[in-house]
Amino acid sequence: MNAMLYFFTLGLYLAATITYLVYLVKPQPSLAKTSRWIIYGGFLIHALFTLGRYFEGGRTPITNLHESLSFFSLAIVGVFIVFERRYKVTILGSFVIPIALVLMSISMLFPMGIAPLNPALKSKWLVVHTVVAFLGYASFTVAFGAGIMYLIQERFLKQKKLGAMYQKLPSLDKLDDINYRCLTFGFPLLTLAIISGAIWAETAWGTYWSWDPKETWSLITWFVYAALLHGRLTTGWRGRKAAILAIAGFFVLLFTFLGVNLLLSGLHSYK
Amino acid sequence: MTTNNKGFIQGLWDFFCSLKLAISLLIGLAVTSIIGTVIPQVPNIPEEYISSLSQTKLQIYDKIGFFDMYHSWWYILLLYLFTVNLVACSMKRLPRVWKIVTEPNLVLDEGLEKSLSLTRDLKLKGGLAALKDGFTGFLAKEFAAPVVTEKDGEVHLYAQKNPWCRLGVYVVHLSIVIIFIGAIIGSLFGYKGWVQITEGTSESKVLGRNNKPIDLGFAVKLEKFSVAFYETGAPKEFKSILTVVENGKPVPGYVNIPIVVNDPLSYKGITFYQSSYGPAGEGGTFYFTVREKKGGAPIKITARQGESVQLPGGRTMHVTESTQDVRQFIPQMSGPAARIEVHSPGKQPDSFIVFRNFPKLDEERGGDLVFSYDGSDEKFYTGLQVAKDPGVWIVWFGCTLMVVGIIMAFFMSHKRIWVRISSSGRVVVAGSASKNQPAFQGAFDELTGKMEKL
Repeated sequence: MNAMLYFFTLGLYLAATITYLVYLVKPQPSLAKTSRWIIYGGFLIHALFTLGRYFEGGRTPITNLHESLSFFSLAIVGVFIVFERRYKVTILGSFVIPIALVLMSISMLFPMGIAPLNPALKSKWLVVHTVVAFLGYASFTVAFGAGIMYLIQERFLKQKKLGAMYQKLPSLDKLDDINYRCLTFGFPLLTLAIISGAIWAETAWGTYWSWDPKETWSLITWFVYAALLHGRLTTGWRGRKAAILAIAGFFVLLFTFLGVNLLLSGLHSYK
Repeated sequence: MTTNNKGFIQGLWDFFCSLKLAISLLIGLAVTSIIGTVIPQVPNIPEEYISSLSQTKLQIYDKIGFFDMYHSWWYILLLYLFTVNLVACSMKRLPRVWKIVTEPNLVLDEGLEKSLSLTRDLKLKGGLAALKDGFTGFLAKEFAAPVVTEKDGEVHLYAQKNPWCRLGVYVVHLSIVIIFIGAIIGSLFGYKGWVQITEGTSESKVLGRNNKPIDLGFAVKLEKFSVAFYETGAPKEFKSILTVVENGKPVPGYVNIPIVVNDPLSYKGITFYQSSYGPAGEGGTFYFTVREKKGGAPIKITARQGESVQLPGGRTMHVTESTQDVRQFIPQMSGPAARIEVHSPGKQPDSFIVFRNFPKLDEERGGDLVFSYDGSDEKFYTGLQVAKDPGVWIVWFGCTLMVVGIIMAFFMSHKRIWVRISSSGRVVVAGSASKNQPAFQGAFDELTGKMEKL
């Protein structure tokens, strides 16, 4: 049953990715509507799958790479839906939904079984720490999508290629606004994730901060986004520079999430 | 000379107040922090890593402090610069913001009106007094109670929401400084250590950094240790039952306290965390039943760890290793198991495993003696992480403050509305929000729409 929901979600995300990408070249309102319904369906099924795993395992289903990749993807779709409804920018999906699909597909590479819980993960902080962290990651992912769109749109403007895609892409101001809004969600959530992680580490490992690679990389991510937020206070950093930094920040974040788990060893290596 | 000095100090102040410095420091901290995640840090440097480095590289890394980089002078210096920058920036900008919060502009004069993007001109009927009462009541009901100022025959109303949220940024900055203070106190007056206690014994000293023994001032006794396993053989939970002993007596309220991972024991500011465990390798006792294959009454045998025991027919046996759950080594099996070695006169020693959960299994081995394993009361040791950190509560206070500050700074907006009523019935309404102007514009339009009907 659960495996079925998982593959159903995967199928819907694949379908949504295709329709959103087609929308990129053929921006028709009917296609936008179809894409939207597919992604709503995908989100719902995915949420059901996650809930099912919660009940089956009797714990927050974010304890290994398979589960966290899947939850990351769910969070991205959720945050995307919120932003899409608020800003009415269907085309954001063409840049964000493929990321959710890729993450979901990568999650297939890792064992799907519900493994018994490592004693260190048995804590009430597990749910707070992971959910908050992935919601923050998801906000930054949407900021990344908006950043890419900004650079594309800016290129169109510079080369005076004002075709169909230019028409469909939101204005630079709007993209910059979406970028900023995402940061104002992502940054507080990342901060909360780090703080809740510190509290948890204090109870589990006896120290709130031990410069473990995961901790350090989350702090690096925090520094990068803090720099971006402060940069935005000076006019020169809005727009293009902010878009580039949001894109760079996303790669730092990906390393914090995946690179640290796969490439570096430390207390946090829950594979 | 004095002017020069002043110029220098002013320059230094400006340098530390600059946003550019803040951004450079944030990026600098981000980039340098990577080093310690790539190069192993003390005390967890593998021998192979050290030997893989060339002598010069090793010396250079050591000199720069790459092996303990988060405590190196240059990283600490970056953190101090960051703190000074944070404080200077806040000190420079806070007075202006404080003024906006505590001494708001109550009068909507022309200059202010021009500086605001949200304004609305209304033409309403009714006298000055009636309009004043009407608007005061309306604002109090729909937005916030206004301050009324009368000036040059005109009435000015000023109403605001969440003025304090403008201070959120400074609350966050302050919280970072407080967290740093907590961390410094912890590193000056606290320690991190490690202790290994065998079941039934107690320890009053722990090993600190560089294996330096630290006296606790009391002792901790391990009453009992237990471990539970999952089906797969992976540990599910390990639990130490501890008693705090002071001046030779158990401390009331600290007797037989169970601790598991994520649930430590604290006494006098020193906290003990369950970290690891293992067989103590001494003093364990194993129980076996032995009978001769050709028949005869079974004999009970008690073997202490490392001790040779006489068996019928001049044979001897001893236990070489044991486990509480064999599944992690032999997945098809489960439960406790022991490897024993039997020496028969004139023969090669015979080494094999007996399983408690499979008492009949040893018959299939085909030996002259058939063994079954009845279990052990083998002793365990528990590995406890020990920490004393008097700064931790300051750090938690800082974290709480940070969360409050972030909520103020990111999720609240200082909204202001000014109204100027002239005796002619002309009413000018203006508004501003410190954040998310588009959302406020919607609310402003709705408010002014209702005002038109007043």
